[in-house]
Amino acid sequence: MNNTNRIFTYILILSFGFLLMIGCMETNELPDRGYTLVWSDEFDGTTGDPPNPEFWNYEIGTGTNGWGNNELQYYTNRTENIHIDGKGNLVIKAINEPFAGRNFTSARITTQGLKEFRFGRIEARIKTPFGQGLWPAFWMLGANIDGVGWPQAGEMDIMELRGQQPSTILGSIHGPGYSAGDAISGSFQLFDSRFDTEFHVFAIEWGADFIDFFVDERLYQRLTPDDLPAGSDWVFDRHFFLLLNVAVGGNFVGSPSPDTRFPQTMLIDYVRVYQ
Amino acid sequence: MKVAKPNSITMKKSTINLFGILLIVSLLGCMREEFEDLPRARFSTAADIFTDDFVGLGSDFYFPYQTAKPNVFSVDDNESYKGNASIRIDVPDANDPAGNFAGAIFRIDGAGRDLQDYNVLSFYARASQAATLSEIGFGQDFLGDTYRAYRTQVNFTTNWQKYIIPIPDPSKLLEVRGVFQFAAGGIGPEGEEVGFSFWIDELKFENLPSVAQPLPLVNNGEDQSINSFNGVTLPVTGTGVLMNVDGFDVRVESSPSYFNFKSSNPNVATVNELGQVSVLSSGNARISASIGVGENEMDAVGSLTVVSEGPFLSAPTPPDLDAEDVVSIFSDAYQNVPVDNFNGFFQFATTQGGAIDIAGETIISYTDLNFVSVNMFNSPDVDASQMTHIHVDINVRENVDPGDFLRFQIINNNGPGETSGTVDLTTYQPLVSQEWVSYDIPLSDFAGLGATNDVDLIFFISDGTISDIFVDNIYFYR
Repeated sequence: MNNTNRIFTYILILSFGFLLMIGCMETNELPDRGYTLVWSDEFDGTTGDPPNPEFWNYEIGTGTNGWGNNELQYYTNRTENIHIDGKGNLVIKAINEPFAGRNFTSARITTQGLKEFRFGRIEARIKTPFGQGLWPAFWMLGANIDGVGWPQAGEMDIMELRGQQPSTILGSIHGPGYSAGDAISGSFQLFDSRFDTEFHVFAIEWGADFIDFFVDERLYQRLTPDDLPAGSDWVFDRHFFLLLNVAVGGNFVGSPSPDTRFPQTMLIDYVRVYQ
Repeated sequence: MKVAKPNSITMKKSTINLFGILLIVSLLGCMREEFEDLPRARFSTAADIFTDDFVGLGSDFYFPYQTAKPNVFSVDDNESYKGNASIRIDVPDANDPAGNFAGAIFRIDGAGRDLQDYNVLSFYARASQAATLSEIGFGQDFLGDTYRAYRTQVNFTTNWQKYIIPIPDPSKLLEVRGVFQFAAGGIGPEGEEVGFSFWIDELKFENLPSVAQPLPLVNNGEDQSINSFNGVTLPVTGTGVLMNVDGFDVRVESSPSYFNFKSSNPNVATVNELGQVSVLSSGNARISASIGVGENEMDAVGSLTVVSEGPFLSAPTPPDLDAEDVVSIFSDAYQNVPVDNFNGFFQFATTQGGAIDIAGETIISYTDLNFVSVNMFNSPDVDASQMTHIHVDINVRENVDPGDFLRFQIINNNGPGETSGTVDLTTYQPLVSQEWVSYDIPLSDFAGLGATNDVDLIFFISDGTISDIFVDNIYFYR
């Protein structure tokens, strides 16, 4: 091989490498949907404040059959269970204490009737609780739920986690014909960290015929009407409201063990909606 | 044109020289910087202890416990999780003449390891049958065991499984020689244990991101208050760390040296780096602890509050008596007879405690009293048949309420031919809270008690009316 050939081969290999890199980068590039912020709660209140009542309602009590999942907690609106921490976070605290016939208290808030959205990027920066039987969630329900009921109204779970698997979150959708155990679901696992030791950003980007699920800008699941069981309806083309809660026990996680540490907290740095 | 060539060569040479000098100067710069900001020299940060053979442990690293069967350890070339060999331990049965349990440390024969970069000791293990190891961990070195960390009651199955010993605080581990430790007895009821074998492979230190959320504990996470006296030293016990391993809590027992202890009132009690509390004067002092320093410091759950009542008040000193005029069971004044124990922990007895040392004096302390006895039935016969009285000093450590009683019973020749008699001390003189009261009772008052030629048991019975007492100076005399 003469020098010219050598140089040519070298350049060829470099070019292939460059092309390969470009290729990889292109497949990982996030779609720029040109979103701008339309609403957010940064939870920048004073220590002990309740969440802003202009944005958030409380759901109190045990629901029907433990909110449909045999959950063990009693949700309250007490600042013991939910408050602003003065450092820019909302705290939802699950406590093991006898209360109104239950052994655990916690909190669940929604934007129902206050802030409802149709499409856009819905995100929150969260540090989760941990331990067997803890079930934190950042999710959405169809705003017509009081009329048509569940699962017809639709449910989008942007983040839920089993406390006994603190490195894995799930993103799911529920609707008629694909709810509860038959929900359409994807998971994302951290191999170098855990969701309870640092904050992570959980988001969906949601349009008329797609829902993209993200952890820290990493797209891990894209759902479209093609993913639904044959003959079932895509119910995600209407207004939805947001929910934040920490459940204890229930079908999804099982009961806490005697070793589960309490109290457990979910910290929410912010919730933001872009459209 | 002919002169140009040598010129260009010269230029090249000078260019090369220039670069060379620049290189040396820049290197020197680096070296100087390092000298100015001298990093601490570290011991080996190697992670592996055993892969298919021991890694860097030297030749003389196996040290069995003194009372354990010594030769239980081998390298097994027929069993491995990975590769072709593993550590094999053969736990003996209960009747093994060489010892009825296996226990040893592996200590590096040479300089230790720097473990600051790791957060667990991990290994794979299986056993010949499902078995529970009483202890497994690292940090024991028989040279002070300063930074021991171990788990207790660890279940092995017949399948290879990964096990993790979390490191309570890696920043403390600058040079560790004791890199592995285990203790295990056989399987089955006490005295009938059968032996088994277990294998350990891929023994190494690791940094696992799945291990997080440390929760330090002292006094097993409990807030406890204890009464004490000036001059008493007592340890803070129950030191450990709960670590969440991929969602599940694992408790690692941790030497006190991992903790920073502090006293809320050093005038009342001080605490040293080993968690030893020294009681100095009357008052309250809360002993608490943390792990880590600076922004990594984390308070431990649990505490020990020492309540010092001041100087320990001794029981009255017994009179001088000739040896033939006294049969002493428990006293510093006389020669005592041999005693089995001061608390037999009999069925249905709630009583805790026994003989203790308080500020240099030996007394008996009973707590949670319902009944308890001083036992002599396994010891040589105690012959008090020539004596006329029995003496005892009692100090009640709580309020004395109406209806409280303390019965005092002597049983001679325990068994089918026994005789016994009981008196209620409170009928002689009232018990007084926090004060010594001396009782001298004629043996003839113990109705039903025959000859006292083989005193086997002396009972204190309160049925729970009085829970906490000190006892001193139990002796027969004439």
